[in-house]
Amino acid sequence: MKIKPYGDTLNDGAVQVSFTLPMALSAKAIQTAKEVAKEMNLVDPSVVHSEVVGDNFSFFIVYGAVKAQIDVSKIKVVELKKTSKSKKEIEKLVEENFDRELVFVGASTGTDAHTVGIDAIMNMKGFDGHYGLERYAGIKAINLGSQVTNEDFVRIARDEKADVLLVSQTVTQKEVHLKNLIELVELLESEGLRKDVLLIAGGARITHELAKELGYDAGFGPGSYAEDVASFAVEELIKRKGE
Amino acid sequence: MNKLKLNQETIKSSREYANKIAKDIQSLIDIHSTVSVERTVLRLLGIDGVDKFEVPIVNRMVDDVKEHGDITKGVSVYMASALKQSQLSLDEFCNDYLNQQVPLVVDDLVSKEETKEILKPYYEQQLELIENNRKQRSHLINKYGEKKTELYVIVATGNIEEDVIQAKAAGRAGADIVAVIRSTGQSLLDYVPFGKTTEGFGGTYATQENFKIMRQALDEVGNEEKRYIKLVNYASGLCMPEIAAMGALERLDVLLNDSMYGIIFRDINMKRTFIDQYFSRLINAYSGIIINTGEDNYLTTSDAVLEAHTVTASQFINEAFAKEAHLPEELMGLGHAFEINPNVEDSFLLEIAHAQLARELFPNAPLKYMPPTKHINGNIFRAYQQNAMFNMVTTLTEQKIHLLGMMTEAIHTPFISDRYLAIKNAQMIQNSMKSLVGEIHYKEDGIIQKRAQLVLDNAEKLLQEISEDGMFNTLAKGVFAETKRTETGGKGLDGVFKKSDDYINVISDQLEAYFNEN
Repeated sequence: MKIKPYGDTLNDGAVQVSFTLPMALSAKAIQTAKEVAKEMNLVDPSVVHSEVVGDNFSFFIVYGAVKAQIDVSKIKVVELKKTSKSKKEIEKLVEENFDRELVFVGASTGTDAHTVGIDAIMNMKGFDGHYGLERYAGIKAINLGSQVTNEDFVRIARDEKADVLLVSQTVTQKEVHLKNLIELVELLESEGLRKDVLLIAGGARITHELAKELGYDAGFGPGSYAEDVASFAVEELIKRKGE
Repeated sequence: MNKLKLNQETIKSSREYANKIAKDIQSLIDIHSTVSVERTVLRLLGIDGVDKFEVPIVNRMVDDVKEHGDITKGVSVYMASALKQSQLSLDEFCNDYLNQQVPLVVDDLVSKEETKEILKPYYEQQLELIENNRKQRSHLINKYGEKKTELYVIVATGNIEEDVIQAKAAGRAGADIVAVIRSTGQSLLDYVPFGKTTEGFGGTYATQENFKIMRQALDEVGNEEKRYIKLVNYASGLCMPEIAAMGALERLDVLLNDSMYGIIFRDINMKRTFIDQYFSRLINAYSGIIINTGEDNYLTTSDAVLEAHTVTASQFINEAFAKEAHLPEELMGLGHAFEINPNVEDSFLLEIAHAQLARELFPNAPLKYMPPTKHINGNIFRAYQQNAMFNMVTTLTEQKIHLLGMMTEAIHTPFISDRYLAIKNAQMIQNSMKSLVGEIHYKEDGIIQKRAQLVLDNAEKLLQEISEDGMFNTLAKGVFAETKRTETGGKGLDGVFKKSDDYINVISDQLEAYFNEN
């Protein structure tokens, strides 16, 4: 079945568009807006409204119709396998499976002074409307901030009896972040702690694949939120508890 | 103003509890200083610039004293002693210091009196610049007049040049206040970047040069439009007093300067934050800069109905701290927000109750009212409606600093058209409902009056608890925004130190003297 956008009649293809042009409002500007719409392949575009929004900036609202018809039967999407649970679900899981708080210790380790990533995951305010781990009932989140040495990190992890370690690496030079991540694994192993913690890496250049390769339990790249990290960690901890 | 028929006794006792809370903390503030306070002293002597590694000279100097001298005496005495020994002017000294030709930490330290005498010409010059800025601001505001409610928009391109284009467009469209959002994470830098910047993440670095560039742009538009357009930046963070000093020197008009925001939302150590907020507010008070507090943030984290009283309690506390720093009520831009889920029945009435409550509790304060953000879901048409409701509450309750909501909230930083449409939305409501506030009385014991009194009662209860428990314990319990912070946790504690008996801070001495005379 082929379909088009719907205004008030099937297959009329009606759409509304608004945009700003960096030019003063004039007959020429309105015609320019119309040409923009035509270049967008809108049929019979009409500029229904135009207004000055600043020095040499004009705003337009345009209606038109699209020619494109889409055959819905040919649309294939890979449904994202939703593994992340909501904050509430995660809190419930913790409550049902543990009789204590789970301890998450996080840091930007090495020379990295960027805490944007670890703060987004851990701090109360979280990021983009996704609350950070500090806000989770049943989770004790300890954010050590930036430029934490691997040695300090491991020491605090031991003192706090951490269940999960979150390591953030944002900025790198000459792949120093890899060296740093590997060092941490080695340190944990030599201290005999590696098996006692879930080790998770995060950052702009981190992928799950890379993290596994380096000896981590998981890796989270850009666009990950606290609930993604917490879902993985809590489910994994439950699994390990059963083993 | 008594539309809510609030219990005046409750208000009075709330204030008393808040004063006790602030006084307890103030006694700790008075005996401590921080590295950022000391760097501010140097800035207000006129020291600025960076070394070849982009490290600000003021950081180099304070670290130097920390390492080689006794920072508990304060940086003032070292600066004065070094000037005396080197027989150089301050400019010459800074130059030679960067070239490692003269030491800052010398053996023969001068007395307190001599410290003051040596440094006086330098700080007097800077304080005079600030005073001139204050006079210039009042002159322009008197000349053009000031609106009852001022429209506040934000620019955040990361590039100060692009910010200028957007800010000018907003000014021409009717914005009365323009804020330049800071680059992500700047609040956690223990130094202030230097110079003009054109790259930032989610915002533009707060630097003195960027302040200057934006000030000039807004003055230009304001001149043409016959309005004084206010400039805002953000002080909260590890460099709170330094940014206050830079803002004072470049005639900023409003600074985000909460006494607790850094503790709660940026995990900055509480001692560091309280000490820094005091000195920064002292500077704000001298420079006539309105402070904005961050209570609105509690409601983006916590439920806006259940936790409304934490906003009120925090406003009382921020007021009490502000009084300690000599800030007059006219400079207390206490914060609150329109964040109730719009699907809650009668949420509009609850918002009116909360907003009117703030208005009546702090009648002379230029309240900062924040738009809906939490329950904006990507449907820009719905968001435009939510913002219209927010604008109505602002008009009905006569808020002063009206931060406009964007229909594209949580989608992208505002397009130029988003900001424009937001201004037009607010203007239409302000104009069409201009006199409505004078026509309205709230029903005796109606939903609005009862709600306001309930929030006030709960705030009083909370303030009593805090005054008994102490602020540090309260923060450790997670009362505000459900965030727990400990006395020794958080960033920046290593920059806090106890003043020794011979500590001297020529700037705070001078400012305290000024306020005691005036």
